[in-house]
Amino acid sequence: MAPAGATAPSAGTVVSVRGLRKTYGEREVVRGIDLEIHAGEIFAFLGPNGAGKTVTVETLEGYRTRSGGDVRVLGEDPQNASRGWHSRIGVVLQSCTMPGELTVAELLELYASYYPRPRPVDETVELVGLQDDRDSRAMRLSGGQQRRLDVGLALIGDPELVFLDEPTTGFDPAARHHAWEVISNLRDLGKTVFLTTHYMEEAQALADRLAVISAGRIVSVGTPETLGGRDKAPSDISFTMPAGIDATTLPPELALRAERRDGRLHLRSEHPARTLHELGGWALQHGCELDDLTVGRPTLEDVYLALTETTERDL
Amino acid sequence: MIDRRLLATQFRADLKVFWRNPQSRYFTMMLPVVFLVIFAAIFKGYTVVDGRPIKLTTYYVPGIMTLGIISASFVNLTVAIVTQRESGVLKRVRATPVPPAVVITSRATVGVLVALVMSGLLLAIGHVAYDVRLPGSTMPGLIAAVIVGAASFCCLSFAISTLIGAADAAPPAVNLAVLPLYFISGVFVPESQIPPFLRHVADLFPIRHLSQALLKPFIDTHGSGLAPDHLLIVAVWGIAGLALATRTFRWTPKVA
Repeated sequence: MAPAGATAPSAGTVVSVRGLRKTYGEREVVRGIDLEIHAGEIFAFLGPNGAGKTVTVETLEGYRTRSGGDVRVLGEDPQNASRGWHSRIGVVLQSCTMPGELTVAELLELYASYYPRPRPVDETVELVGLQDDRDSRAMRLSGGQQRRLDVGLALIGDPELVFLDEPTTGFDPAARHHAWEVISNLRDLGKTVFLTTHYMEEAQALADRLAVISAGRIVSVGTPETLGGRDKAPSDISFTMPAGIDATTLPPELALRAERRDGRLHLRSEHPARTLHELGGWALQHGCELDDLTVGRPTLEDVYLALTETTERDL
Repeated sequence: MIDRRLLATQFRADLKVFWRNPQSRYFTMMLPVVFLVIFAAIFKGYTVVDGRPIKLTTYYVPGIMTLGIISASFVNLTVAIVTQRESGVLKRVRATPVPPAVVITSRATVGVLVALVMSGLLLAIGHVAYDVRLPGSTMPGLIAAVIVGAASFCCLSFAISTLIGAADAAPPAVNLAVLPLYFISGVFVPESQIPPFLRHVADLFPIRHLSQALLKPFIDTHGSGLAPDHLLIVAVWGIAGLALATRTFRWTPKVA
């Protein structure tokens, strides 16, 4: 284990990970990762299946032992955490996990009895939007409702730190937006949230900061706007080449940046105003409207795919 | 020490889960009653125990009680533990500050309570329908046998749950363990009709000792009906199970 002095976390640090490694036999699934999560932020942890995401989360939750590195969660080592530590965290696992024979209120009351200072049951029911299903047995709830109950069970102990492992997988869009509202409410309550997800819109909508893990290593950390240098990436201008007009007529400074993809012409540009001006001049000259013109930056998904693709290829 | 209020809350919840689950309710509560009625209808007359003739119905009440106790504390409990472990219910509970001892003790207490209720029910049916009389003085022996038996089989249940890897496999696995033993341990077939070598095989396992300890209060009209020799063997099995379970019990599905 690394000496404690080397990892003295700054004030407001909720999770601090230094050089975390996990091996199963010959296979190294987590290869020395560092993470720092601050109080009150929603931190999203992204990565393809098999990248070491679940192993990392379950190490932080105290389910797994590590092969190397130093981990502090709320000032304790999750591997030998106290009962008190468990009452300060809330956990939502990947699958729905409650005895379905009990009702929403009964389950919340049972879980409340586990904690020293639980939230009121009715308030928690309201927080996750299950007022109308308070007395329904868990097994009779829809998938989305069960997931919300799961979130309610994670919050009933009034934890400081909440782990949400793929909380909206399999949701329809309306249920997903409702869940996002619930998770945003957690930020307003001052909770720190550690979120894993496969959905880039989810990370975009919720996360203050995010990290991408690929093949056992952190490949990028940033905000949804800056991840993978997204804020500095060139703009992408694209349109469908009008019929009967030859691409060779483009002025040379545009032709240089042009690339044909998916039936459209794409122009990469660090100076979108200038490029658009030149493109506009050319279009007017040839009498075409460019009616499907789009100007965009790489989406979070583009950045994510580029980040995870390169590392997977390096393997 | 275990927090009693927490244990009481957990126990009430576990009891509700048991009662609201139709599978545990019917298989655990109904099956022994159905068996007793069927056996009493098919087998009439007398059997011989320790050289004395006793009514077959008097023989089958404690016999089926054995089945009922093992259904409640072993079969049902093992299926519940494996199912909840594989589906992640136990893993989820593990993330809370509830002490593991509270969870385990609560489950075992449900098993013991259901075994007591089952035994009372079978005793009442025997009394009303088949005129099976339990000498009042032997009641302590019967209650002791039910409690020692149920508690020991709960411990064995925690031990065997770690050997079963999938929820689907739990019912066949536990039934494979107990069904043949019911036959050779005198639960379904009267002792006098079982070849001696099979009886010796049955003696190696706890089921025959439990059924003997339950039978004694019905035929031993003098004394307390207590069978310390048999109950000791049942308890040793239970303690061995508990020792194994404390070392091997798993809260999460096996990591691939």
